[in-house]
Amino acid sequence: MVVLSERAAVRRLHDRLGFGPRAGDLDRGFAETRDRLLGGGPDPGAAATPMPDPGPPPDKPGKNADQATKQQARKAVQAQATQAVGWWLDRMVAADLASVERLTWFWHGHFATGEQKVRSPRLMLAQNQTQREHALGSFTDLARAMVVDPAMLLWLDGNSNKAGKPNENLSREFMELFTLGIGHYTEDDVREAARALTGWTAKRDATGAQLVAKRHDNGVKRILGSSGDFDAESFVDLVLGRPESAPFVVGRLWSRLVSTTPPPPDTLNRLVAAYGSRRDISALLRAITGEAAFHDSGTSLVKQPVEWLAGLLRALGVRPGTLDGKTRDQLLAALRGMGQVPFQPPSVGGWAAGGAWLTTSAGVARLHAAQLVAAHADLGAVSKAQDKVAAIGELLGVDAWSDRTRTALAGVAGDARQLSTVAACAPEYVVSG
Amino acid sequence: MTIVQQVNRRRFLTATGVTAAAALAAGATQVDWDRLMSAAQENPLDPGAGVLVVVTLYGGNDGLNTVVPASDPAYRTARPELAYRPEEVLDLGEGLGLNPGLKGFKSLWDAGELAVLRGVGYPKPDHSHFRSMAIWQTASPETSVPTGWLGRWLDATGDDPLRAVSVDPVLPPLLAGERTAAASLPVGGLKLPGGALGKAFGDLGAPQPGEGFWQARAARSVTDLHRAVETLGKPAKDGQKAKGELAAQLDVVAGLIEAGVPARAYSVSLGGFDTHADERGTQQRLLTELDGALTPFAQRLAKTDRGKQATVLVYSEFGRRVTANASQGTDHGTAGPVFVLGSRVKGGFHGAEPSLTDLDDGDLKLTTDFRDVYASLVENVLGTDAGKVLPGHRGRLDGLFA
Repeated sequence: MVVLSERAAVRRLHDRLGFGPRAGDLDRGFAETRDRLLGGGPDPGAAATPMPDPGPPPDKPGKNADQATKQQARKAVQAQATQAVGWWLDRMVAADLASVERLTWFWHGHFATGEQKVRSPRLMLAQNQTQREHALGSFTDLARAMVVDPAMLLWLDGNSNKAGKPNENLSREFMELFTLGIGHYTEDDVREAARALTGWTAKRDATGAQLVAKRHDNGVKRILGSSGDFDAESFVDLVLGRPESAPFVVGRLWSRLVSTTPPPPDTLNRLVAAYGSRRDISALLRAITGEAAFHDSGTSLVKQPVEWLAGLLRALGVRPGTLDGKTRDQLLAALRGMGQVPFQPPSVGGWAAGGAWLTTSAGVARLHAAQLVAAHADLGAVSKAQDKVAAIGELLGVDAWSDRTRTALAGVAGDARQLSTVAACAPEYVVSG
Repeated sequence: MTIVQQVNRRRFLTATGVTAAAALAAGATQVDWDRLMSAAQENPLDPGAGVLVVVTLYGGNDGLNTVVPASDPAYRTARPELAYRPEEVLDLGEGLGLNPGLKGFKSLWDAGELAVLRGVGYPKPDHSHFRSMAIWQTASPETSVPTGWLGRWLDATGDDPLRAVSVDPVLPPLLAGERTAAASLPVGGLKLPGGALGKAFGDLGAPQPGEGFWQARAARSVTDLHRAVETLGKPAKDGQKAKGELAAQLDVVAGLIEAGVPARAYSVSLGGFDTHADERGTQQRLLTELDGALTPFAQRLAKTDRGKQATVLVYSEFGRRVTANASQGTDHGTAGPVFVLGSRVKGGFHGAEPSLTDLDDGDLKLTTDFRDVYASLVENVLGTDAGKVLPGHRGRLDGLFA
């Protein structure tokens, strides 16, 4: 194992707990950077990019509505969705302590909810805000909030889940994907847990969820070996109290923030202890950054497209919110081309990882996105630098260019935009080393 | 299941969800693109070589409302709100009819080019989307393997990733082998800049000794991209906009087949079949989209010699439960119908219709093992010994091809 230098480890902190460094970020030490990223505190950049309120989604056209009316409604909700995605990308770039946005992004992938079915950008943003509030807090609070979150209820058919007529969708995915993992519950547990979650309803044009008492099943349910009149909250507590839950949640964070190789048993035990009975996400992340694997140059990760693009925009000082509408649309199209658009996960399982982002088609989309960002970046410092190849590396926070990449970059060093484009597509930047 | 297998399965699933290629992680052998590219240009695909087109329906398509036992009283009793009446479905005989959204499929059936494989599934069914889809894509229900079934076919038959092409932005696990993975091609075609920028970008693909695993993979993906652009660069059909995402994907596939690209396997997909509520309208709309994409595709292929060699497989990770839930939808079930179509296929029913009264905890019992279907396709379409793709599996679906 090769241990990262402190500067490289600081860069990794920004990559993994944020969206990559901005100019000057790498001049601070590891401990200070970690404490800043995990400590919270005021964030003027985030405060200056308030979440928009797109308002309620347009009324759903009736069955007999004509094509033009349906088309208009589709376009209206699409415009709201575009506004929501555009805002979040802008916030990822604008936030001074990107850790909150980064962990919100992680939880969005974990509790993956899709706008295509929710059809209310306002509810997607409300869920996003809930995930942000708990992003670095207690997983118990987060899980309790998610199981009755209005967008989640619409996404996994909570509305259709009522006493005597359970719908299993939410109870299954809650245990399989959100809290326990496959193999730690039975088909009967899925059916019984669905009864515990009966009665919660959400409406597209409202802002909160409601428990309708007469739709809730008050009977005794037998879930995971325990019997009782479980409701949503006591069901969450039951599940999170299972011994498999903590390793599962720790493993999910590990796979996205450290390595796709699972942690060895002693590491896992330490991390589960740090997570503790309060399910403290911040304490867990602090413990993760102290593990040897976090400082091992071998635990590299392929950046997901959103992470790569937000990081590039941050490094080059390009704020999506200040671009014209057409360019903003092109940025979203670039994300779509790379296979990842916030609020549009491919399924409740969230997005893929690793080699899946290194496909031929994603490579073309990445190059076009890099060209687009370069066209709007202020690259004066690079143009003026003596060693332009080193200067773009400095700007992107790349530890060192390989000989291969140095040769490639030398071919376009005379044109700062082309230089920046190629550098952003270099393996040293596409991968968080 | 041993510990290692458990870990592998978990890693496969956590690392990939349903849409990724975990097996790329093992990619150790350098692909010899140059040799194969020149072979492709000088020696295009043999017009007699079979081509397989795999259509994945993500979300678990309700088989009972696709190939509908409309006249069976047990069917109507189990799902009164969801059930189709006999006069609504497109009669296939034997008490079964196609969903009214599948009008083009009915014409293919009448022409003898649509095989309906009934009750297809695997033993000890899993109700998780992800695990079940992983099982279908890896063709390994009992133990976990890190490779897809067509990925193993790629591994077994050479090292040209262009022999399989995914027309999706993200590579599905079925096309990931241990050493080789399919190329992926966006519907809009691949276009790279020329000049100094294009050259510098291409230079990023050069291998760098001592480089970390993922960086090496990222570099190789740049090289793969350039090779793919040489062969697949142009969108298959300029200027004509197909209706819907699947139709657009299939349009590309048809163009590639007709052009003689050396690919033997293609993968496309349609999502949205996770119909826990208000299923009838949603599913019929999706099946109509499937029908509207596949029917013209089949008709187009039938017009050329190369196209006639193509066989299409349509499957989903599971069917739905027999009894409807209270939301006029259905929850995750088990066995379902699989469609195989094309000029070479022997149309009609294959396999027995599962009973609606003899159920396994509310679920249909399988009558056809999905590996039998794969084995038959591997041998009859791809011309490869199925033992290389499905080691140890002896079952075959006889009579699928005339």
